[in-house]
Amino acid sequence: MLIRKGAEASLFLEDWEGRKVIMKRRLPKRYRLEKIDKKIRTHRTLHESQLLHDAKEAGIPTPTIFMVDLVHSNIILEFVQGKQVKQILRDLSEEERRRLCEHIGTLIARLHNKDIIHGDLTTSNMILNPNGKVVFLDFGLAEKTVELELKGVDLHLMKRALESTHFDYSNECFKAVLDGYSEVAGRETTQKVLKKIREIERRGRYISDRRRPTDD
Amino acid sequence: MYKLCLGIESTADDFSVGIMSFEGEVLANVIDAFASESGGIHPREASRHHVEVAQEVISKAFQESGISPKQITIVAFSQGPGLGPCLRTGATAARALASYLAVPLVGVNHCVAHIEIGKLETGATDPATLYVSGGNTIISAFDAGHYRVFGETLDIAVGNCIDVFAREAGLRQSEGMPFGAIVEKLARGGRRLVDLPYSVKGMDLSFSGLLTAAIGLHRGGKHRLEDLCYSLQETAFSMLSEVTERALAHTEKREILLTGGVGANERLQTMLKAIAEEHDGIFCVVPKQYALDNGAMIAWTGILSYKYGVTTPIENSFVRLKWRLEEVNAPWVE
Repeated sequence: MLIRKGAEASLFLEDWEGRKVIMKRRLPKRYRLEKIDKKIRTHRTLHESQLLHDAKEAGIPTPTIFMVDLVHSNIILEFVQGKQVKQILRDLSEEERRRLCEHIGTLIARLHNKDIIHGDLTTSNMILNPNGKVVFLDFGLAEKTVELELKGVDLHLMKRALESTHFDYSNECFKAVLDGYSEVAGRETTQKVLKKIREIERRGRYISDRRRPTDD
Repeated sequence: MYKLCLGIESTADDFSVGIMSFEGEVLANVIDAFASESGGIHPREASRHHVEVAQEVISKAFQESGISPKQITIVAFSQGPGLGPCLRTGATAARALASYLAVPLVGVNHCVAHIEIGKLETGATDPATLYVSGGNTIISAFDAGHYRVFGETLDIAVGNCIDVFAREAGLRQSEGMPFGAIVEKLARGGRRLVDLPYSVKGMDLSFSGLLTAAIGLHRGGKHRLEDLCYSLQETAFSMLSEVTERALAHTEKREILLTGGVGANERLQTMLKAIAEEHDGIFCVVPKQYALDNGAMIAWTGILSYKYGVTTPIENSFVRLKWRLEEVNAPWVE
């Protein structure tokens, strides 16, 4: 059963060997050339599986992988119970929201400590499970790198996702994410990443505060 | 009484004046493009061009529309974002005209104007818009009073990437045949896809690495120029399409609106059309004269703002070089 048709992959809820699983299928996109299509699909399937595993080793809850099929670009994953952070953020109290975002920040820092870049940090890619754990989904755009630049881009994306989906309270949320990040990554590293984020933002098009960067 | 708006566009290399009725009829849309010798835009030279042609373009717009200046109800101008000297020229002309005619002045955001004229001309009501030009690469959709930016380039615009590649490859653009069209034509003769960096970061894009790689391969001399143009287009447009599809899936909009100069590319149109079909949506492409920078779009957006009581007093009419799309309050959108 198709449960989510994303741009990058489609998610199917299936029964597999008596389990409820998520089948993540990267179906061919007919708008792009087959060679580009195949390259992107295979690459992302392989990397996603590898990095889901690496993230789990680094202590970030991720769905368990049951099977990887590179020929068809399919991954069979554990079905994670719970709710998308995107759906619940609005209904939380300010304090709960701050704590949740701080926790998310610590998880991002743990990923970055192991040089894993998620690549698509949005609140719809995070599930709060019944045990109160935040599970990170969708490592389809993840990368492994020591570059500070990409860590900055990763957090910049988180900020952008908060701004576009949770614009009413995006500032407090992102601040809490950074607090959590700093707890794990340490002040010095966080300052470096923050400096990078400002640099990235200033590089972007038409930034009105390009000359006087904010110090959040 | 028949109400009219005169709009002045001068963000970059084009100086354009459009006259529109409050009902959405285009009475004039005169565009004068600055053609530089070397390719690329020098802001000071472009603004000099604007100063030289301003009077003529304004008169021509009045002639074309057959109306007299006294019939103008409001004057709109592109207040930003764009190149400072160019914007200032348009703003100065608009201020002078508005005070001479004693009518209200309305400052318009250039990116909003691209979307609004696109909606007017194609009939799209609530689209996910891909705005691609020499200066901009933005994927946007309306939500809660503002056009939100869902994805954009982290470095150079896609049109800039194509233009610079073409220039580095020794191509020359001419009247009616800009670099984009030349590359598109060459790409049709492409047979072999060359591996180039595909750079999508979440919803955002990066084209500078792609440009560097393409230029490097061209200098290496191992590939046909046709193959490189083909590969450059296929890679860049696949990136744009992926992000557009993502925005469409995320926002659950039913329309894709393609606008900006790069929107004239047929290959890009084909790709986006396929995405729209796959999502049971509608693909709309803005006709060329309204997809390029033009005065009509400024006039139309000026009308929309004015109807909601938004005007720009002269003391607040300074140009805004980095005015972001999402900063604009758009109360006229339902």
